Amino acid sequence: MRYAYYPGCVSQGGTPELFTAMKAVGEALGFTLEHLKEAACTGAGVLQERDPELGDTLNARTFAMAEKRGLPLMTICSTCQGVMGQANYRLKADPEYRTFINKYLKPEGLEYKGTTEVKHFMWVLVEDYGLNRLKEHVRRPLTGITLAPFYGCYVLRPSKKLGYEEHPRRDTYLEQIITALGATPADYSGKTRCCGFPILTMNRTNSLRMAGDHLLEAQETGADAMVTPCPLCHLNLDGQQPEAAAVRKVQLNLPVIHLPQMVGVALGIEPKALGLNKHIVSTRAFAAKVPA
Amino acid sequence: MKTVNLKVKRFDPATRKSKFQDYQVEVDDSAAVLDAIIEVREYQDETLAVRCSCRSAICGSCAMRVNGHAKLACMTKVSSVSPNGETIVVEPLGNAEPVKDLVADMGPFWAKVKQVQPWLKPSLPAPDREYIAPQEAMQDLVGAVNCIMCGACVSDCTVLEVDKNFIGPAALAKAYRFVGDPRETQTARDERLSQLSKYGGIWDCTHCYECVQVCPKDVAPMERILDIRRAAVAAGFRDNNGTRHSDSFARSVKHTGSLDEFRLLPESLGLDDIAAQLKFVPTALRAIAKGKVPSPLHHKRPGAEHVTRIFDEMEKE
Ligand code: SF4
Ligand code: SF4
Ligand code: FES
Repeated sequence: MRYAYYPGCVSQGGTPELFTAMKAVGEALGFTLEHLKEAACTGAGVLQERDPELGDTLNARTFAMAEKRGLPLMTICSTCQGVMGQANYRLKADPEYRTFINKYLKPEGLEYKGTTEVKHFMWVLVEDYGLNRLKEHVRRPLTGITLAPFYGCYVLRPSKKLGYEEHPRRDTYLEQIITALGATPADYSGKTRCCGFPILTMNRTNSLRMAGDHLLEAQETGADAMVTPCPLCHLNLDGQQPEAAAVRKVQLNLPVIHLPQMVGVALGIEPKALGLNKHIVSTRAFAAKVPA
Repeated sequence: MKTVNLKVKRFDPATRKSKFQDYQVEVDDSAAVLDAIIEVREYQDETLAVRCSCRSAICGSCAMRVNGHAKLACMTKVSSVSPNGETIVVEPLGNAEPVKDLVADMGPFWAKVKQVQPWLKPSLPAPDREYIAPQEAMQDLVGAVNCIMCGACVSDCTVLEVDKNFIGPAALAKAYRFVGDPRETQTARDERLSQLSKYGGIWDCTHCYECVQVCPKDVAPMERILDIRRAAVAAGFRDNNGTRHSDSFARSVKHTGSLDEFRLLPESLGLDDIAAQLKFVPTALRAIAKGKVPSPLHHKRPGAEHVTRIFDEMEKE
């Protein structure tokens, strides 16, 4: 299990606990992660909006770095995954476009030939690692715990460009992983919707309404926590949870944990080593409920 | 032939209440969901209301939610949404009031389309013969022109769910059809872009791709919204948080290779908008208490000089 590793800006900024947790979990599962420290930001859709070709060039540069090492690329962010996945879709489909983009990579001695696979850790767990193998590593099954999945838009849509033709069940992987770890997935309509983070500075009220509605719906299922593969969703769902509760005039107290943290807890890694003490909404009750 | 189990959300205008009702019908193997619904209406329950016309994915009148997502019922094969005979849940379009059963009130939908003034405002007097438009310019509009006004995108838009004031994907895609038309006068175009940059317009879209996912005609409304954003910024409508956010984002990636989250928030809000900044103070303080605020000393990633070079070269072109 060797990957070129792309942790993304947010796990190295606003949600450092995600970076910590992935490191611990990667070691426990026997992953070798070669961090591409020179890779740039994916553009997160924002640069793509200004200049689609610029966005694709920055991502082609990252794909070329992975290709040079002969490794698939692993991300831990739904947004990075979606943006890179779409860039890769365009670059793979059109050799002429690749030639055009490669012009800008040449001065650095890089060229993207179109062979890199880009996979979120969530996809890697199910498709490459295998849930049976994951189960063998579980030391503390999450029995009796209910977890509400929250995917993040970019690993779901547009499905045509994100490999759903080959892997049509990618929209159920969170539930599959939750189940494999011994917990029960909560079902609610908001799990595939938008957390509202992208418009936090453009329309704060709407952004918080969106976060608040999904949190409330998830909380009302009786879930002990929400789990997400996207650190940007986490910034809104955990970081802004008190404000979201105020905007919707409801009581919210739902811990939001990162996918690798959930896996780590089940593997028996100490909560502190997974950064579970770094959350805005306390994760203590959740961690305490995990059978010893 | 195969058996289809339908769970239909029915709305009774007399009591203004909704409830689900189950039906079972036999249809052809190649049947669409609409065929199954019509089979019910024709042979089991004539009180079931559904709107449809062309049955060929042209008129746009049969859009409804099938298993939670907006689709044209005439274009959606039973076998695609129920491969192993699973029950198919059908509901009227979301973000709309039902009139009866599967028929949704399209009044607000059309009001929003009218709001963007969906007509061309060319220079006058008109030329003797036709207005000439270059081929490429019109090709760029093909996506927007393909819209059949079915309302699927509006049904599943995540922002409309929390704010009815948002113009929404269909009307904004329609707006691009004119913003991008070279026959419009500069004044008309600027007036449009100014209106569309306001609250409820292009900057309120949250980039969730729901509309792109459900549109049966590949209009990709979100992409059209981004087209308008680019046009608006290029035309100088820059005094908004969306443009500031985009500028701040690009600046930090260009110079350091990565996103400077520490600056992104205040720069997006506008450094002089103290009231807006204050709203985020509690969030920042909580994050600091947990030791997770990004460092104000934003370091360059190794190789950042190449990122800067790529920006420079591409911006020049
Ligand atoms: S991308 Fe924008 S317009 Fe489209 S559904 Fe999402 S919020 Fe609505
Ligand atoms: S943009 Fe697509 S989904 Fe929206 S109304 Fe037009 S055809 Fe229907
Ligand atoms: S009936 Fe006309 S589009 Fe379906």
